[in-house]
Amino acid sequence: MSDLTDLGIREIRDGVRAGSFSAREVAEAFNAAVSAARPLNAFLVETPDHALAAADAADAARAAGEPPKPLAGVPIGMKDLFCTKGVTSTAASHILEGFTPTYESTVSQNLWDAGAGMLGKLNMDQFAMGSSNETSAFGNVISPWRRNDGGNAALAPGGSSGGSSAAVAARIAPGATGTDTGGSIRQPASFTGIAGIKPTYGRCSRWGTIAFASSLDQAGPMARDVRDCTIMLEAMAGFDPKDATSLELAVPQWEAELDASLVGKRVGVPKEYRVDGMPVEIELLWQQGIAWLKDAGAEVVEVSLPHTKYALPAYYIIAPAEASSNLARYDGVRYGERELPDGANLQQMYAATRAAGFGEEVKRRILIGTYVLSAGFYDAYYTQAQRVRALIARDFEAAWEKCDVLLTPTAPSAAFALGEKQADPLAMYLNDVFTVPASLAGLPAMSVPGGLDPAGLPLGLQIIGKPLDEQGVLNAALAIEERAGFTARPQAWW
Amino acid sequence: MSVDTATVKKVASLARIAIDDAAAERLVPELNNILGWIEQLGEVDTHGIEPMTAVIPNTLRLRDDVVTDGGIRDAVLANAPAAEHGFFTVPKVIE
Amino acid sequence: MTESTYRITGATGDWEVVIGLEVHAQVTSNAKLFSGAATAFGAEPNTQVSLVDAAMPGMLPVPNRECIRQAVRTGMAIDARINKWSRFDRKNYFYADLPQGYQISQLYHPLVGEGSIDIEDGGRIKTIGVERIHVEQDAGKLMHDQHPTRSYVDLNRSGVALMEIVSRPDMRSPEEAGAYLRKLRAILRYVGSCDGNMEEGSMRADVNVSVRKPGDEFGTRTETKNVNSIRFVMAAIEHEAKRQVEVLESGGAIVQETRLFNPDSGTTRSMRSKEDAHDYRYFPDPDLLPLELDDVFLDACRASLPELPNAKRKRYEALGITAYNGEVLTAEVETARWFDALLEAGAAPVAASNWVTGELFGALNRIGKGIEESPVGPKQAAELLALVADGTLSGSLAKQVFEVMLETADAPGKIVEERGLKQTSDTGAIEAVIADVLSKNPNQLEQYRAGKEALFGFFVGQTMKAMAGKANPQVVNDLLKKALA
Ligand SMILES: [Mg+2]
Ligand SMILES: [Zn+2]
Repeated sequence: MSDLTDLGIREIRDGVRAGSFSAREVAEAFNAAVSAARPLNAFLVETPDHALAAADAADAARAAGEPPKPLAGVPIGMKDLFCTKGVTSTAASHILEGFTPTYESTVSQNLWDAGAGMLGKLNMDQFAMGSSNETSAFGNVISPWRRNDGGNAALAPGGSSGGSSAAVAARIAPGATGTDTGGSIRQPASFTGIAGIKPTYGRCSRWGTIAFASSLDQAGPMARDVRDCTIMLEAMAGFDPKDATSLELAVPQWEAELDASLVGKRVGVPKEYRVDGMPVEIELLWQQGIAWLKDAGAEVVEVSLPHTKYALPAYYIIAPAEASSNLARYDGVRYGERELPDGANLQQMYAATRAAGFGEEVKRRILIGTYVLSAGFYDAYYTQAQRVRALIARDFEAAWEKCDVLLTPTAPSAAFALGEKQADPLAMYLNDVFTVPASLAGLPAMSVPGGLDPAGLPLGLQIIGKPLDEQGVLNAALAIEERAGFTARPQAWW
Repeated sequence: MSVDTATVKKVASLARIAIDDAAAERLVPELNNILGWIEQLGEVDTHGIEPMTAVIPNTLRLRDDVVTDGGIRDAVLANAPAAEHGFFTVPKVIE
Repeated sequence: MTESTYRITGATGDWEVVIGLEVHAQVTSNAKLFSGAATAFGAEPNTQVSLVDAAMPGMLPVPNRECIRQAVRTGMAIDARINKWSRFDRKNYFYADLPQGYQISQLYHPLVGEGSIDIEDGGRIKTIGVERIHVEQDAGKLMHDQHPTRSYVDLNRSGVALMEIVSRPDMRSPEEAGAYLRKLRAILRYVGSCDGNMEEGSMRADVNVSVRKPGDEFGTRTETKNVNSIRFVMAAIEHEAKRQVEVLESGGAIVQETRLFNPDSGTTRSMRSKEDAHDYRYFPDPDLLPLELDDVFLDACRASLPELPNAKRKRYEALGITAYNGEVLTAEVETARWFDALLEAGAAPVAASNWVTGELFGALNRIGKGIEESPVGPKQAAELLALVADGTLSGSLAKQVFEVMLETADAPGKIVEERGLKQTSDTGAIEAVIADVLSKNPNQLEQYRAGKEALFGFFVGQTMKAMAGKANPQVVNDLLKKALA
């Protein structure tokens, strides 16, 4: 039998249903791949028993003639931002080291209810703050990709869902959950040659997902192709009464409605999505993407999103402000690490615990967030940022008068080497320049692989859609995917 | 607006993150670099623009007044670094 | 409205005290403001705590409709503006009783805006402005005396819904503050939005006090936190005002600070532990959307409001009830409810009001019971009053019957029947007794006839006594006059 780990979600699902192989065989193959790929440092915790139990349940249900669940027999990786009952959930931070939830996040529960099993908890940027997976307290994730220059430079898998992107790209998980606050699904997908979609804000429940920035955080799937993402998203999404921002809407039949024909659709190309120093191959790929979408029947129009330039600075006020408050609960009282120096009082315990427990980038963002909310600065920073955010959302609304989806590059560069941008936080922040605007406006957006750069590294294209129009995004992404014929994969060196 | 060492320390104290002098000094240029960059927002004319309140048009749902939770003390205390007699414990607080 | 004349006399002359109150009132609800955990008082530690209340990672708030409804009804009861669009904000600070590291409250857009409460202090009616009512979470509880080096944290109260009712600085004496709190408490209890139980912490006040020379600008104020009885609030004001006058007159300045009231000594002291925490970094809670209320909801809130103390009192007065009785009968919702039931059962308002404030209150006082646990219910009381009204019982017989009712809870008709306590108007029998009384008291008869008319009462008394109190006093009167004429 060919290697089961070469199969994607749909192939596994259909193969298990058809009896071509058992779910247990699939789980065993991926469990083995996971333990063989430890040099990638993609998993913080491996949970082979969870994957096997779900597989056995799928096999038993099939044997009993029960109707198959949507993800029966499919093992996946779970970003460590999702709380999983009985399995440590740390957000890749020392401050939550050893934290074992007594509850299951809604998104992960939805996936288990759909029949999926868990291979393990995936490494990530600490509290989802980062774009390279270098802020994890438990070591970098190393991208399975290498440049074709013969060097062995360790590359960033992108972030914050870097464990997820690396695991899917390395074929040690057919799919993985990610979360996206400012691009944390799309940018790592772009860096590793896989697909990933952030749905409309409110589609996936945030309940049980460790919060970074509440008004921006959205869960989404990362998988090898558009259809696999679609299948997974259908299982993850859905109304949750436990999340007051959850959308009270039925989950559409996205997979059934997948259609790569874009006849009658208008694709907008925003002229502001160009940055200084952007490599020429990204510009070329973007032009190629336009051609592919025309080929699929779409009409392409130029649109303007005049406030694009201000999205990133607005994001770096709003997200740290929310984070500074969301992360106040990590105080060493009810769970997680406690640092209690001799003779320390309560407030000193807090300060010592948080100093020892949070990584440098997390602290930096908490400080910025605290500063911009503090007395005298709130209006100039936070209120102004929320006004700019309203203008950014308005830009998109104006664009929807002219088009149905937008096409942009996902990131301004291919994967960079680990350590390359760490010294300059601002340079790192600029990685999210194309992904952040859609996050601020709560729009569905997807990255799909488009091609390789001269160093042989993947580059992604981003499709941004109207609120709730995941279908339009998925269809346009599928049109690109079918024409890009992206088959490159990293050669196993691990 | 730019921060100095004293401001960094004050903000860190508000955020309950212990930092020493060296760390505060290191953070000054870092934070100023970031703050200087985000200040470009000041260029945007936002007169008459309401700050965003809901990302996606949606209204706040209200729950019914029914007891559906609680009675799970073991789960509540399960991860506590220090607990006794059913309480979390912290260093003694003098009010 | 005449102004209060309450003054602190200092070395430099008279000082006026300016008082504003922020009352935290626990909303009556089964479950907490943002979680499904129970709110009952006195449970075992940490047993009424959900994962949301303990601020576990990834937990989210979902608001309780009843808490919003009760705050809106309260606002309506003080004629306040109800904001159809409001929003929850986070107030950020670190403390062991605050698991999230922030309290969800409402700063920028509270649910209830401007309203007012009329108070009465020594016959003066004064209107106290209410600036706002917002809804927020309560904190947990810290216990400091269980362990030598540790404080214990109980999160049972964490997340319970509070209304913060913020007055204008309109009060000028401890008495006015006391009257305001009593009135506010009465309104909350009428509305049913808070049980007003100060011992259990359902109502606490933050007391803002400043002093000034009459007519001057407001002085710097201090805030004495969490005072949990009306008496203590008045004591705290008195002490704090005197302290401030002393500080100012000795050349010092008042520091705007948080203080703590010590009920044992009746004094306040600075609360240093909270001093550096005053940058709360309020911002809209991103876990919650704006709260938008529609007319259907508001109309239902309004329709569900009971008759409030002021309206009720006016209605009573229109029935001929005295102003004093009106005040007594409406001061507590239970009394008013009992009295309304009495009227409902057919009792004549004026007689009923006198009987309740006299006989019933006296008896309840004696047996140490509240009106809601009175052994005699409004229906039985109405029956008793009816027996008086139709002449079946005299006043003194009614008292006897009432005593039996208190003990046996029997119906008055039954008691009258069984014990033969019925008053007699049988003229023949009464005339016979009168004749007997006159013949047995010749001296008194002679004196009366000689002009000592005061002895009439003596003959009434002797006649009643001989008839064991059952004679109709009016008939006795008439027949005696005839016999003595
Ligand atoms: Mg207060
Ligand atoms: Zn308050």
